[in-house]
Amino acid sequence: MSIILKAENISKQYRLGVVGTGTISHDINRWWAGIRGKEDPYLKVGSENDRSTKADSDYVWALQDINFEVRKGEVLGIIGKNGAGKSTLLKILSKVTIPTTGVIKTKGRIASLLEVGTGFHPELTGRENIYLNGAILGMTKAEIRTKEAEIIEFSGCERYVDTPVKRYSSGMRVRLAFAVAAFLEPDILVIDEVLAVGDAEFQKKAIGKMQDISKGDGRTVLFVSHNMGVIQSLCDETILLHNGRFVEKGKTEHVINTYLKQNIGNDAVFNFDIPKNNNIQAYATKLTIVDLNDNLMNEIPIGKPWKVKIHFTVCQEINNLIIGLGMTDMLNAPIRTSWTPSNNLTPGEYIAEFVEDSVVFNHGQYKLKIGISKGFHSIQYLDENVYITISEVVYKQDKTVLTNGNGVFSNQMKMNVYKT
Amino acid sequence: MSKLEDDDWLYTISSKRKLIDFNFQEIWNYRDLLVLFVKRDVVTVYKQTILGPLWYLIQPLFTALTFTLIFNKVANIETGTVPPFLFNLAGVSIWNYFNTCLTSTSDTFTTNSAIFGKVYFPRVIVPLSIIISNLLKFGIQLFIFITFYVFYKFSGAAINLDSTVIFFPVLVVLMGMMGLGLGMIISSLVTKYRDLKFLVSFGVQLLMYVSAVMYPLALIKEEMPKVSWIVEYNPLAYIIETARYMLLGTGTFSWFGIIYTVIVTIIVFLLGIIIFNRTEKTFIDTV
Repeated sequence: MSIILKAENISKQYRLGVVGTGTISHDINRWWAGIRGKEDPYLKVGSENDRSTKADSDYVWALQDINFEVRKGEVLGIIGKNGAGKSTLLKILSKVTIPTTGVIKTKGRIASLLEVGTGFHPELTGRENIYLNGAILGMTKAEIRTKEAEIIEFSGCERYVDTPVKRYSSGMRVRLAFAVAAFLEPDILVIDEVLAVGDAEFQKKAIGKMQDISKGDGRTVLFVSHNMGVIQSLCDETILLHNGRFVEKGKTEHVINTYLKQNIGNDAVFNFDIPKNNNIQAYATKLTIVDLNDNLMNEIPIGKPWKVKIHFTVCQEINNLIIGLGMTDMLNAPIRTSWTPSNNLTPGEYIAEFVEDSVVFNHGQYKLKIGISKGFHSIQYLDENVYITISEVVYKQDKTVLTNGNGVFSNQMKMNVYKT
Repeated sequence: MSKLEDDDWLYTISSKRKLIDFNFQEIWNYRDLLVLFVKRDVVTVYKQTILGPLWYLIQPLFTALTFTLIFNKVANIETGTVPPFLFNLAGVSIWNYFNTCLTSTSDTFTTNSAIFGKVYFPRVIVPLSIIISNLLKFGIQLFIFITFYVFYKFSGAAINLDSTVIFFPVLVVLMGMMGLGLGMIISSLVTKYRDLKFLVSFGVQLLMYVSAVMYPLALIKEEMPKVSWIVEYNPLAYIIETARYMLLGTGTFSWFGIIYTVIVTIIVFLLGIIIFNRTEKTFIDTV
């Protein structure tokens, strides 16, 4: 397939801190360098965009040397942590700002759908706003007129269409704005996180529409989201950014895996304080969440087997030691408890492994609780701030697991339909 | 990629900028947006007001009335054979057009940063729409001026339309270009340096006093010859003076003034376009 868009060495530099007196002196330096035909002196400085570390320069690279190509009809996902440069990239693609260096070449009209509804005027009616917003997004009046009925129908705001938008609920506003944008017909559509709005029903509708746009009409779509489930269901290929740098582009499944591995450390390892009680016979030191190959897992794709490893220290020889792992939902409703068989252990470091390979938990967060006891006598109980996250990404699509259902478990029952 | 294919790119986005990068084709493509913006500006301003568009008339009428009372009755400024109220109404209407053009285009980037930050369309559409919707308002105000003109004419006032009045639209265009040009310059600078915002709000007021709005140009030369150069080098003063000459047959008409005004206006307008063009691409990073 032919290349419709090509990004070459895209970099974007931002100035840190407030715009103050320093700005005017830098501007003058820049202008002076420009007059003498020299390069911008501030392009050489600037540090990598790592949010959490202290800045060593007034400038930061929000994007650095990004290169990629988009083929016609491709639905390309762009993922990365907060501050990875996704939105900056989309801003450049949609011509809201220009790159500091580099070129984007395109063969098609680009329209962006960045956070809908900004063009609405509260005093105008829904219908008037459809025209206004459509025109802002680059449609002509005639184009909008042919789609007006469809837009109103899709938005589901028929009753209110001649009422000023200021009387709309926020949900209705979003619906209307999305509806206008969804009927845009650019060659390349750029979408940023718009699906995070509206109620569940409308989100489903919106995702369905996105699928139609990309699959049915063969439109090229660039899509930024934090919702890995949506990325997975919409995008064939995905780009991963990290601190403004390009990490990889490839099959969505593969890239999401890299992404999930990337943030490991925050949510896959939990360290516990050593208890103050000197006479304690045994205590847990650490809990890690891993897959069956012992890779740390920040989020577990739904359906993927996982293990919880509890590291614990035995201080004195102990009999009948039992390690327990409890799981509750975020509202503390118990889901299940597992206990190891009792063990007689000598002092040292141990690991208790809890493997989950049969029950499939639905996506969401669950609390973990740890209990160490000798027989029926409890030694240590930890229930603070230990979570396991099941992501929306689907590990393996098969009939035994229904990944978009409600409830805690996704395994399907054994079912049978027969004539009596 | 072969070299041949490279030429097929529809457009490129890069950091390179031309001095004047005015894409008329693109602006033409967005003409519907221009119309809708104008409509929005006109329709929404007086929503939920009782008098509605009547406010367009009330503003100049009362300003002209106040000027008449203060400058003509109290301060005794002579307006010749022309009724002072009509003299002031003409000046105020034209001045107002410039005033609203300048003040409402001068914050283009700051007030529209939310939408400019999300979607691309030729930014110049916004100030253009302001100029056009203000032109409509000016049209309404001109209508009220004509009404009073006819009224005074029939009550026997010595006022005469000059034959040059057919060039009156040229004056309006000059005034609009001046307002747009200055507005674009200021709006571009305001994105980084907010100081200008304060300057505009009282600067415009000061400017009115040196633009011969409420006195004839000849009067200032006569009364204050030492400082009259401020007014004489102010192109706006020539526009207003000439407009009164055309409409009321009072005051002076100088070819020097007209040519000087046209040149200054064109320079300001071009400068406005250049600065605006440079700003529109990156302002979102600094606004």
